[in-house]
Amino acid sequence: MTTSENWDDLAAVTALSDGVRRSAYRVVADGGPEPVGRDEVAETLGVGRTLAAFHLDKLVDAGLLEVSYARRTGRSGPGAGRPAKLYQVARWEHSVSVPPRAYRSAAEMLAEAVERGGADQALFDVAREQGRERPAGDPAAALAERGYSPVAEDGRIELRNCPFHRLAEQFPPLICGMNLALIDGMVAGSEWTARMDPAPGRCCVTLSKNNFD
Amino acid sequence: MTDFHLAQMNVARLRAPLDDPSIAGFAAGLDLMNALADRSPGFVWRMTEEDVDGFPAPDRGDPAVIATMSVWESLEHLRAYVYQSAHLDYLRQRRDWFVPGGSSLVLWWVEAGHIPGVPEGLERLRRVTTEGPGPEAFTFRKPFPAPGPGATRPRGERPEPLPARPA
Repeated sequence: MTTSENWDDLAAVTALSDGVRRSAYRVVADGGPEPVGRDEVAETLGVGRTLAAFHLDKLVDAGLLEVSYARRTGRSGPGAGRPAKLYQVARWEHSVSVPPRAYRSAAEMLAEAVERGGADQALFDVAREQGRERPAGDPAAALAERGYSPVAEDGRIELRNCPFHRLAEQFPPLICGMNLALIDGMVAGSEWTARMDPAPGRCCVTLSKNNFD
Repeated sequence: MTDFHLAQMNVARLRAPLDDPSIAGFAAGLDLMNALADRSPGFVWRMTEEDVDGFPAPDRGDPAVIATMSVWESLEHLRAYVYQSAHLDYLRQRRDWFVPGGSSLVLWWVEAGHIPGVPEGLERLRRVTTEGPGPEAFTFRKPFPAPGPGATRPRGERPEPLPARPA
């Protein structure tokens, strides 16, 4: 787009053009709210720690990651007492559109209108229909494809990323309700059930395996 | 520890009287949601039936009008209860129970220890409805920081110059 703010966004997105760096970003993003150290990134990517640290710091410079320091438990030997440098996804969002488009502004106006008109149910119905049109054979894979960063554990799936985050913060009952209906539609007829299960730092919907007992 | 607490008032109109079968979901969750509020971090106070009886509120005698009022240690505490607890799923079903456009919410800062009365809440509601969000009466979507030093500041919001507080 044409504003200086969006040129910053372009610079941030450009930082992901390197393949290794993009993979490093993904490792940190998949960690969800948990910060990740360079050793973990190096190990996952199969590269050296110095190279991993180089790319991680480039991502910090670009504003895509944030740094924190913490002592990691379960360490021994020299350096065990020193706080480790940890990385997590920055809370800023970046989008670049060429030519300029402002779909988020449109979404905000539409959400406000739906809320004022009390048309929540119409939105939920549309979302459920759209979900049914894209049925999820394997829900975790389908949700990953749609940017939810699912983490499956013990017959339960948590979603580390909310694709509607900014809008959901502004219109929680409306947008979280829409999201629940969408995912509910995706898993309709499968062995999974979606439910509203909000917690800080992740998507408000979780999935659990149906109990057929 | 801040010197100000956050007060909240919400007035909404039910689609049918509270004992109507179509409102059963709302009625069934009421005690549960109140109990959840009472044990939520940062909860200070909430209005009960007895409190309302003491005030000449408009629309009293209209059993379809439901009002809630509460006080919390901070905006973040109230937000966590309203939007990041089981309360969100309750809220999601609001249109099944409430008339659209018939509900309104207001937030405002009170000095810690002050328990707002119904007239105070209704006046803040009038302000946010007629004048839009401001430091004296605002909403979740457009919050304003608590006055004075040591006050919590909503994320991403620059503090606004504050007019003198009413006595």
